[in-house]
Amino acid sequence: MAIFLTKDSKVIVQGMTGATGMKHTKLMLADGTNIVGGVNPRKAGTSVDFDGTEVPVFGSVKEAMEKTGADVSVLFVPPAFAKAAVVEAIDAEIPLAVVITEGIAVHDSAAFWAYANSKGNKTRIIGPNCPGLITPGQSNAGIIPGDITKPGRIGLVSKSGTLTYQMMYELRDIGFSSAVGIGGDPVIGTTHIDALAAFEADPDTDLIVMIGEIGGDAEERAADYIKANVTKPVVGYVAGFTAPEGKTMGHAGAIVSGSSGTAQAKKEALEAAGVKVGKTPTETAKLARAILAG
Amino acid sequence: MDLFEYQARDLFAKHGVPVLAGEVIDTPEAAREATERLGGKSVVKAQVKVGGRGKAGGVKLAADADEAVARATDILGMDIKGHTVHKVMIAELSPEIEAEYYVSYLLDRTNRTFLAMASVQGGMDIEEVAEKTPEALAKVPVNAVDGVDIEKAREIVALAKFPADVAEGVAEAMVTLWKTFVAEDALLVEVNPLVKTKDGRILALDGKVSLDENAEFRQPDHEALEDKAAANPLEAAAKAKNLNYVKLDGEVGIIGNGAGLVMSTLDVVAYAGEAHGGVKPANFLDIGGGASAQVMANGLEIILGDADVKSVFVNVFGGITACDEVANGIVQALALLAEKGEEVTKPLVVRLDGNNAELGRKILSDANHPLVQRVDTMDGAADKAAELAAAK
Repeated sequence: MAIFLTKDSKVIVQGMTGATGMKHTKLMLADGTNIVGGVNPRKAGTSVDFDGTEVPVFGSVKEAMEKTGADVSVLFVPPAFAKAAVVEAIDAEIPLAVVITEGIAVHDSAAFWAYANSKGNKTRIIGPNCPGLITPGQSNAGIIPGDITKPGRIGLVSKSGTLTYQMMYELRDIGFSSAVGIGGDPVIGTTHIDALAAFEADPDTDLIVMIGEIGGDAEERAADYIKANVTKPVVGYVAGFTAPEGKTMGHAGAIVSGSSGTAQAKKEALEAAGVKVGKTPTETAKLARAILAG
Repeated sequence: MDLFEYQARDLFAKHGVPVLAGEVIDTPEAAREATERLGGKSVVKAQVKVGGRGKAGGVKLAADADEAVARATDILGMDIKGHTVHKVMIAELSPEIEAEYYVSYLLDRTNRTFLAMASVQGGMDIEEVAEKTPEALAKVPVNAVDGVDIEKAREIVALAKFPADVAEGVAEAMVTLWKTFVAEDALLVEVNPLVKTKDGRILALDGKVSLDENAEFRQPDHEALEDKAAANPLEAAAKAKNLNYVKLDGEVGIIGNGAGLVMSTLDVVAYAGEAHGGVKPANFLDIGGGASAQVMANGLEIILGDADVKSVFVNVFGGITACDEVANGIVQALALLAEKGEEVTKPLVVRLDGNNAELGRKILSDANHPLVQRVDTMDGAADKAAELAAAK
């Protein structure tokens, strides 16, 4: 088992024929991902050869799903076209859409989120501005390097891509059930809480590592959720203690506004919920290790 | 990006929000003509991106053109809460005011939607209203797909309990304010106060707008709204090179890949600095996943050009990009800087981990650059960089 993505997932790539899409489709295939098609209306009917694997290109998400049974779409679509691409995925009712694209205007992400709600949330959206998710040894939907770690019993949810990689690396000998990068934008589809709920229900996850950063109150709400609903041990890390007020730190959502969204407040909320919070990524990994060692 | 009041006024006017005439000037003498154009009277308003201008003496009435020049002379150069006034707006005098209200739209991150806020208690700090009399502030979720038409605006106005005689006028203003919010890709549009005048008009007398920088691809006019003069010169130079850089007030220059890892690096350096005389990170700089030699050189150039920097910590986790490429990038970047005649005199601590880390470390060791030290863990490297900065 794993969360959101397994070896049985059939993955299509929106934006596969662009440079970034081509590069990462090749890497996902190398990690064993079952990629059943790409989507590009202008190249429908053709196919792309990835080191001997022929991947057909379809005219729409709907057509790709009808012909292949795809249930996951990974989007490498430039910001200007991302909203239309996500709306297409929602209209096709694909169960999971992983939006890698960075730099989507917030009016667009708010619009596709509202649209997904109005359609009954049949499509789980992960991202935007995220590295995607990986279930080591089974499938990789996004840009997380597949060779950092092996299958194991830690679940990881993180706003940051590189901190996801760092943590997977720190705990590479133990391994991960799934690692989910939920993205650093102000409006994202899948939250810490969604991933925590899924890991709590996943029989193959024994411990959850949760990585947050400054901005918004997602970590505080996750802390409330953990207190009320999560029985598995959770270890946390929060980045951005030294970030000044009012400055965006790389991620569009990573900003302290007035007194809200500070790392200190998030750390305190998590600790109040019984989560052990590390001061550095390495210390966080040690905390996880100590808990698993009993 | 937060705008000045005059820029907000211009955007409001563009989308039909009722505003008074006004123009921005940056010399006292220009206040004369501007006031004459307004019929001989004006309000001189300091343009700073901070609240409480009125109390600080940054908003003054001028009964004639001479007085406008005198008031502009007083206000230009004034310090308001650490912000120097470089520009003033010469605005049309408002007709007599009967009531002051508050209206805004903003992003509600928690609920992943937009939010309309409205109150009949305007003209004061809205956070104070929210705290002291929360019942006087209506908060109404606005779905990004449905938006605000006149029906929705009437609903907001009714919930905020606006008096019947102004309700329709305020609702109309709220529709035009929504147009501003959407058309300009704003994160916040706020009118405070929105006033009812004795002659029965509804007017936006002051406002705040914050724009989404991610929307610049479809907002070509927004670049001109940036306050380039106020930007830190290092931040401006980094922006010109497409680098994601924020200047901070410490001594350890930071370069890393990925926003989260760089934020974390700042924290780890600050912790390490506690044992080394309290040295702190000097900047945030995310060079992204690719980290080519050119990008690394651009980043190093900015950081080494910062007089506050005493040591540099390059913290890279090789993900898709392998560490050997990153190591080659660092070596080539130092060569590029040497070619440009920019002597590197500050020590560099480099930590490489992840994909092909061993190969990357070997490249650095073989290059044997006198100023480059390798430390293979993030915490250890942060400690070394802090120690070197403190020793300088």
